Amino acid sequence: MAKKKNTEEPTAKPAGGLFAYAPAPESSAAAGDIATSYGHFIGGEFVDSSGSEALKTVNPATEQVLAEFAQGTDEDVDRAVAAARKAFADWSALPGSERGKYLFRIARIIQERSRELAVLESIDNGKPIRETRDFDIPTVAAWFFYYAGWADKLDYAGFGPNPRPLGVAGQVIPWNFPLMMLAWKIAPALATGNTVVLKPAETTPLTALRFAEICRQAGLPKGVVNIVTGDGRTGAALTAHPDVNKVAFTGSTPVGRAIAKQLAGSRKKLSLELGGKAANIVFDDAPIDQAVEGIVNGIFFNQGHVCCAGSRLLVQESIQDELLDALKRRMATLRVGDPLDKNTDIGAINSAAQLARITELTDAGEAEGAERWSPDCELPGTGFWFKPTLFTGVSQAHRIAQEEIFGPVLSVLTFRTPAEAVDKANNTPYGLSAGIWTEKGSRILWTASRLKAGVVWANTFNKFDPTSPFGGYKESGYGREGGRHGLEAYLDV
Amino acid sequence: MSTVAANAPGVAGSGLQDVAASEASLRRFLHGLPGVDQVGLEARAAALGTRSIKTTAKAYAIDLAISMIDLTTLEGADTVGKVRALCAKGRTPDPTDPTTPRVAAICVYPDMVATAKAALRGTDIQVASVATAFPAGRAALPVKLADTADAVAAGADEIDMVIDRGAFLSGRYFDVFHEIVAVKEACKRPDGTSAHLKVIFETGELQTYDNVRRVSWLAMLAGADFIKTSTGKVAVNATPPVTLLMLEAVRDFKAQTGVQVGVKPAGGIKTTKDAMKYLVMVNETLGDDWLTPHWFRFGASSLLNDLLMQRQKLTTGRYSGPDYVTVD
Amino acid sequence: MSDTTYARLDVLKTYKLYVGGKFPRSESGRVYEVTDAKGEWLANAPLGTRKDARDAVLAARAAVKGWSGTTAYNRGQVLYRVAEMLQGRREQFAAEVSAAEGIGPKKAAALVDAAIDRWIWYAGWTDKVAQIAGGANPVAGPFFNLSTPEPTGVVGIVAPQAGYGHSLLGLVSVIAPAIATGNTVVVAAAADAPLPALSLGEVLATSDVPGGVVNIISGRTADIAPTLASHQDVNALDLTGAIAADGPGAARALEAAAADTLKRVVRPELDPFAQDWTNAPGTDRLLSFLETKTVWHPMGI
Repeated sequence: MAKKKNTEEPTAKPAGGLFAYAPAPESSAAAGDIATSYGHFIGGEFVDSSGSEALKTVNPATEQVLAEFAQGTDEDVDRAVAAARKAFADWSALPGSERGKYLFRIARIIQERSRELAVLESIDNGKPIRETRDFDIPTVAAWFFYYAGWADKLDYAGFGPNPRPLGVAGQVIPWNFPLMMLAWKIAPALATGNTVVLKPAETTPLTALRFAEICRQAGLPKGVVNIVTGDGRTGAALTAHPDVNKVAFTGSTPVGRAIAKQLAGSRKKLSLELGGKAANIVFDDAPIDQAVEGIVNGIFFNQGHVCCAGSRLLVQESIQDELLDALKRRMATLRVGDPLDKNTDIGAINSAAQLARITELTDAGEAEGAERWSPDCELPGTGFWFKPTLFTGVSQAHRIAQEEIFGPVLSVLTFRTPAEAVDKANNTPYGLSAGIWTEKGSRILWTASRLKAGVVWANTFNKFDPTSPFGGYKESGYGREGGRHGLEAYLDV
Repeated sequence: MSTVAANAPGVAGSGLQDVAASEASLRRFLHGLPGVDQVGLEARAAALGTRSIKTTAKAYAIDLAISMIDLTTLEGADTVGKVRALCAKGRTPDPTDPTTPRVAAICVYPDMVATAKAALRGTDIQVASVATAFPAGRAALPVKLADTADAVAAGADEIDMVIDRGAFLSGRYFDVFHEIVAVKEACKRPDGTSAHLKVIFETGELQTYDNVRRVSWLAMLAGADFIKTSTGKVAVNATPPVTLLMLEAVRDFKAQTGVQVGVKPAGGIKTTKDAMKYLVMVNETLGDDWLTPHWFRFGASSLLNDLLMQRQKLTTGRYSGPDYVTVD
Repeated sequence: MSDTTYARLDVLKTYKLYVGGKFPRSESGRVYEVTDAKGEWLANAPLGTRKDARDAVLAARAAVKGWSGTTAYNRGQVLYRVAEMLQGRREQFAAEVSAAEGIGPKKAAALVDAAIDRWIWYAGWTDKVAQIAGGANPVAGPFFNLSTPEPTGVVGIVAPQAGYGHSLLGLVSVIAPAIATGNTVVVAAAADAPLPALSLGEVLATSDVPGGVVNIISGRTADIAPTLASHQDVNALDLTGAIAADGPGAARALEAAAADTLKRVVRPELDPFAQDWTNAPGTDRLLSFLETKTVWHPMGI
């Protein structure tokens, strides 16, 4: 890893002051062997694409190419769907308890290989190792554990006796939580007796391909899980495929809208988890230090690449100055840099394209008159980076208050009364999540009952659990993932 | 009646000078402080605990931690011999390595102050004495003041007083406030200087984080030079979340009044790993201003040897063992 | 020397109670003979007493706070770990079940497999039971109203004494649902077939199950069960094995004794000898040892 030996004097004082943390890098070798090129995983085997087009996945922190992978063709998708269809009969006929045991095995192997997966995810995505290690991978394992337990309990899930699976599920997932999104899709689909064809995002295919190996270790019957890589063209071929019974998509609202149109008139069941522009509402009696932590976690977690990110801070006018001072002081301690350093809080932006979009929207914010602030922090020379950024003086009319930035950028608005807070929070086509900060319980519940959002966090933010349903109102999509409710998306009910 | 302004220079002009003017105003102020969300506070402390401190940073932090220790013996069985041995340990923590820093202070009962003072002559190691009927604090005020004055007269540089937790828990904030003010007064020496006053809250008995925030402000308003978590004599002593909350309190107090107050977690901090977590909290909550023994201390005894073993590991590359550090 | 032709002598296991995560001998210092279906001696089992039951209740009570305080997810992981450990000792248990119930090795092995799968069934329930047994209540007013199930506390269990698969599968079928929801248990093992139960203690001890969560006592149920039924620090009583052990009158007396402190009671089947423990368990037992707590909170600015 570190080629040059650390030669600074014993009490080196870079940027941070007296107590500066020496680099604490996780070894990239722990990611295991990464092949130079990958095909698809179809019918239990790694196979070459029928086409010749290959895409590259890069480490966004270094811009180095990690591997090539296949651009899935219509024919590849066809083979994968056929493999899934072939596997469906036996898989859906298996007793639920046996299906569950496969999923328990997968969960256990994920736990066993968690370090490897955490490092691989960090390299491919750019997110800090601290998050993949402490959040992404444990959540992945938990998701499989939870749905493993449902496989033989579907009669008790409230969908009537003996609910039936749908068939072949076509699943398209985004790049922000690659393996976690895979788990959210595959675990409930398999538990309910469906077979799947999953397409990972074109910038982050590696952990999905590693997951294919885990399926083999678990002895999962061939064809139950198929992974086809590629960009949006492959995804469109999958969602359009006539032998797919269920489409599950997580990603942007425009693509979700296009899929919904594409499926109009078909018998395919559809669930969509799309964009958001969550309001994080801070009342004047909030537990202030914890609110600051929640705001920071709400928008800077995963570089802000979170559909439910608290990207609009709605703060009561009477505490605006105090809160913003505290927030800026806290933002100044965020450590931006090498995702593999165990002390990094904010890693790399996932791709050049995403960085360009964030830059474009923040430039627009300045042009429209909002005031921009970022802490002093040095960004690495190579790779894709963006400083944690705060916009004050934002109004509802500004683009940065309306459009999903999907980056570490927080827009601050103010309100005077609870009713105004709710009005402003709801004044968006999105409705995925929201946050409420107040010490007063009845105000939490009053506010929550009026928010048009699928998840409302009170005195916390960005919390996820396999037992807890997640999904949006309005243009943030429909259907729920997680919990008992998450089964419904994969059952013929 | 003494007011805040008289005891905490800097508080005047901060808008806080009338806070302790009456029982009612003090209560209103303390109850008006922002609440503390337990889950959020504990999550933040736990997150800071995952920082990975390596190589140069670790070497710096180990030496800093050693220099911040109030090396403590507070046993009924303490003797002159025991205290002298502890002082020797404080002066020369690692006889095999003279580059090892000295500890900040030796902390003893009042009747051992003179012994410690003599044993530490010629060093800048402070003598801290517990006082005010430590650890329970269940004595009449004149007894507590006499206890304090005794220790100061014997040469104590620092006084670690305990608050009346019973009074605090029953809402008699004014009594707690004035007791601190009175003890502060008793810390004065004939030459006009004063022993440094550390105020121990026994946070394990106060139980809620809201109480910890309130008592921190109460003590700072009353003129505490340091706020300290625990006596080390109850089931729950210093914890990372309680300490983090107190760090936030001194940060906010300085922002509002300009007065800097120190923090001392005590009890239960036994390993280098523990100490690193506390230093990370100081670093990321308060920064350089507090990263010195003047403003941050560890109340500990067994911590020192673990730090020394880790220090030896960094210099030699081998893991050390308990036979290679002195037991005093 | 190595070609001497004597048969190697087996090392026999000393069976012990399982109480508070430790393996004590009975406080009585006595044992009783355990025989197979043909009356052949198998082992000596500790003759547990009222005092052993008392110690076990103390251990179970001490474990309630920690066990009920762990997350449901964590309890599920622990129960799954029990299945993993049991899988690794499948052959041993098959032999013990075969001897205990007088059935062939193949059937016995199938019963062990079923016992492993039963742990998994309940491992999956830990984080789902609140989702089927609790929920939001649409009260007519500006209130948030939510009901959630909580464990009842210490459960005394008279283990199955009869029926197909009772010695291990039946035992697991009564222990697992009680602890899945966060209760702790004191089990009076099948008096005539205690060896699988005592060996299960060894599995539990190596499965991340905290000490005291499951306590297993062998001996005369007529000594142990009344102690549990009348004990004021026991919250619930599962009388599954009571009729088979000591007759309907004894079961009635135990239920009556339990009524003094209003223990929650699960009654035995009327014909426990006809019971087939391989039948699907459902959720009855899982829901038997729960208290429903409903929280009201106003909604307003």
